[in-house]
Amino acid sequence: MSYDAHFKVWRGDADGGSLVDYTVTVNEGEVVLDIIHRLQATEAADLAVRWNCKAGKCGSCSAEINGRPRLMCMTRMSLLDPAEPVVVTPMRAFPVVRDLVTDVSFNYAKAREVPSFVPPAGVGPGEYRMQQEDVGRSQEFRKCIECFLCQNTCHVVRDHEENKPVFAGPRFLMRVAELDMHPLDGAAEAGIDRKRGAQEDHGLGYCNITKCCTEVCPEHIKITDNALIPLKERAVDRKYDPLVWLGSKIRRRV
Amino acid sequence: MSRTAREAWDVVVVGAGGAGLRAAIEARERGMRCAVICKSLFGKAHTVMAEGGIAASMGNVNEGDNWQVHFRDTMRGGKFLNHWRMAELHAREAPDRVWELETWGAVFDRTRDGKISQRNFGGHEYPRLAHVGDRTGLELIRTLQQKIVSLQQEDHRETGDYESRLKVFQEYTVTRLLKAGADGDSAAGERIAGVFGYARESGRFFAIEAPSVVLATGGIGKSFKVTSNSWEYTGDGHALALLAGASLINMEFVQFHPTGMVWPPSVKGILVTESVRGDGGVLRNSDGRRFMFDYVPDVFKEKYAESEAEGDRWYQDPDNNRRPPELLPRDEVARAINSEVKAGRGSPHGGVFLDVSTRLPAEDIKRKLPSMHHQFKELADVDITAEPMEVGPTCHYVMGGVDVDPDTAAAVGVPGLFAAGEVAGGMHGSNRLGGNSLSDLLVFGRRAGLYAAEHAASFPGAGRPVVSEADLEAAEAEALRPFGAEGGDPAVSEELAENPYALHQELQQAMNDLVGIIRKGPEMEEALRRLTELRARSRRAGVEGHRQFNPGWHLALDLRNMLLVSECVARAALERTESRGGHTRDDHPAMDRRWRRLNLVCRLNGDSTEPGADPLLGRVRLERREMPPIRDDLLALFDKEELVKYLTDEELTS
Ligand SMILES: Cc1cc2nc3c(=O)[nH]c(=O)nc-3n(C[C@H](O)[C@H](O)[C@H](O)COP(=O)(O)OP(=O)(O)OC[C@H]3O[C@@H](n4cnc5c(N)ncnc54)[C@H](O)[C@@H]3O)c2cc1C
Ligand code: SF4
Ligand code: SF4
Ligand code: FES
Repeated sequence: MSYDAHFKVWRGDADGGSLVDYTVTVNEGEVVLDIIHRLQATEAADLAVRWNCKAGKCGSCSAEINGRPRLMCMTRMSLLDPAEPVVVTPMRAFPVVRDLVTDVSFNYAKAREVPSFVPPAGVGPGEYRMQQEDVGRSQEFRKCIECFLCQNTCHVVRDHEENKPVFAGPRFLMRVAELDMHPLDGAAEAGIDRKRGAQEDHGLGYCNITKCCTEVCPEHIKITDNALIPLKERAVDRKYDPLVWLGSKIRRRV
Repeated sequence: MSRTAREAWDVVVVGAGGAGLRAAIEARERGMRCAVICKSLFGKAHTVMAEGGIAASMGNVNEGDNWQVHFRDTMRGGKFLNHWRMAELHAREAPDRVWELETWGAVFDRTRDGKISQRNFGGHEYPRLAHVGDRTGLELIRTLQQKIVSLQQEDHRETGDYESRLKVFQEYTVTRLLKAGADGDSAAGERIAGVFGYARESGRFFAIEAPSVVLATGGIGKSFKVTSNSWEYTGDGHALALLAGASLINMEFVQFHPTGMVWPPSVKGILVTESVRGDGGVLRNSDGRRFMFDYVPDVFKEKYAESEAEGDRWYQDPDNNRRPPELLPRDEVARAINSEVKAGRGSPHGGVFLDVSTRLPAEDIKRKLPSMHHQFKELADVDITAEPMEVGPTCHYVMGGVDVDPDTAAAVGVPGLFAAGEVAGGMHGSNRLGGNSLSDLLVFGRRAGLYAAEHAASFPGAGRPVVSEADLEAAEAEALRPFGAEGGDPAVSEELAENPYALHQELQQAMNDLVGIIRKGPEMEEALRRLTELRARSRRAGVEGHRQFNPGWHLALDLRNMLLVSECVARAALERTESRGGHTRDDHPAMDRRWRRLNLVCRLNGDSTEPGADPLLGRVRLERREMPPIRDDLLALFDKEELVKYLTDEELTS
């Protein structure tokens, strides 16, 4: 059940590059990453690509396949039309290093700007008590494998380099939401206002809830509905009605 | 004159998985400046793939649990070959290491009373594995990553620079440990002076000078064809340690996880978590029989259910029933699957059936095993809530590793070198229990960081070991060789250049076929012959292109490590004429109590006489070493009847 596929893979570096044509065998059950590996082993030993787990768990192998941001290890060849060429290009929102590898340092820089979890005062290790229903939301967001596909897709930065300094991107706005919804986070007591931070430091206002990030998330995290919109609502509450905010915070704690 | 850029730090940690990050946190918290080096991006190390959980006797689900029970289970799982002191420290300290993660923001699944939930796993007497669905490794690594970020934020507030005291060099590969003599002269090569390697992105070389280096590089599984391990697992740390004069122990013990995917071929080897069985999944052969009942070995007879009914009752009432044999330690289950397939009772693609679909409601399966559900659906078109999976053994973990002091994680024989996590040996004996790796990473990662910091602090300023110019030049030449490989250049050699990918595939095939799950003397001798041949050919492994992010070049350099480590595995496996844990000999099927006291120690053969021998590729020499006797109070935790199965009569009477 093997066939020969026509691949067009972007080869090049920061100085430029182009799509290179390859004809390559595809076997039953294979994914795009298998084909890239076959190219490396046969005709393009120096083809640069990132990968680790080959099972959608590490978020290393992000690229664009026929223009759609995807994990190469989770894209079955059987989903693609064998008659059409398969075009594999690096993520567009980040500077190319070489071939399919991009410079994703933007994301690591943004991660550092989100204030960390603040352990609650007076609760020692081993004393944390949280109900499953109260941690579900944070856990959903913690499924994130940091593939940065959402960061690559969001139109606020995809073609707008100028927004990068002021916008953390969906992944890191979601991180703010995750911490904000953590039942024991002590940020407020420590004088950190996560909602205001989302607005003022991380550019939540730039997000106009188009849900493009949610659509590409390989972990199927409802980034927009469950993280960004609630964060916006809370930020608004916080802005106009501190009492509502305080009440909700207290309710959540009991 | 070398043009390699040098930097100076107090502690260098090679590896950013659970062990490396925990070590780095400790070293930084002890006031040392710490550099972390890793081959992948920060947060992508192998630890991210761990699924089932982290073992710690917190007793949240069954109050009967405590460190002594955990210690006992660990020793039984390792068939008493574990270094007892490591197993003791591990069992005692694991709960604190897990609780500490919560204070750094980890969000584990909860029990009804709001504590950390714990699940059953093979070989663990009580539900003991703290978990987050089946993505526990992701939670662990992300938590440690985020703790590192929080320390960097502290440093930023104080110094204006996030990386002033803790810096991650991501996508850097270390190819050599560097040493120096007491007087700063390298020739004597007494103590660690730093590391050398290349930046993957640019191909540029780097050297970091530091009095303490912690190896936390993980395992060796990429030397086998069917494996759950990623490209990172080329045994780098094992090889670096050997080349620096340290020794490796227990290298014959390689864990084949019983349940890897078998179909389609491109995913063969990818792990199916043991939680599937812990949560109720059962193994069947093509006759529909739960064959594990036929494979309970004598040493475990009293501990496992004799009937399906009893095994099934155990999930609800563990105090009055015994566990089902699907939850035997991994070596037992992997061998059983192998035998069933050999006997012609396998599944269509050469595995056996693992079924949860008839055991749990679909909703429970999706909630408890979300990533397995996803993985099978996306990669194999199998809906595990409706049909069984096909599974078979896959190379998963190496018990063997750097010979370390149990308390300090210091590598024996090389001052300044430490090792923790999968790259360290001893803790798991001949077989690791599921969940005991993640806890091992934290317990010994912390200890390695602590003692590496102490060691570094004993070298204030001047008097630090210095890296010599000559060593840097030698390391550079070694790393550049694939570009001017001997093959293809008629002036140097008649023979053609070798493709590193092809060499790697041949190595994997040889190890899989000849030193795999079931071993035979003559096959291992054949493996050693092939390794010698591959070693010679690997000198000619050549690459095209330039140094910038060039995977062909990277692989050509990794071959040295894989060949060295494979040789250790094959030599030690040939030497140990018994079957125990992750080492099964067809020609010596019984466990032999006399072998229990012996570790096989691998060292580099310094004075190789092979004509044209390449000193850089090295060769391995084996030594037998007696294990220290188990402390009395720890022995007293076991019944005499159990101990006689493992210890010799002299050991029992003395
Ligand atoms: C699929 C899967 C599931 C598992 N599930 C579980 C589980 O549920 N419970 C459990 O306890 N265990 C589990 N294990 C085992 C466990 O995950 C590993 O043993 C453990 O994560 C190893 O951690 P580590 O810190 O030693 O190394 P790793 O996490 O592998 O990290 C190694 C680090 O070293 C770096 N490195 C390696 N070589 C070099 C070099 N030359 N230069 C620079 N850096 C280098 C790598 O880049 C990486 O950062 C599982 C393993 C697999 C494969
Ligand atoms: S929902 Fe917001 S964050 Fe997501 S893609 Fe749209 S604008 Fe970007
Ligand atoms: S939120 Fe989803 S798409 Fe974004 S980085 Fe995480 S896993 Fe990737
Ligand atoms: S390789 Fe890990 S997500 Fe694709």
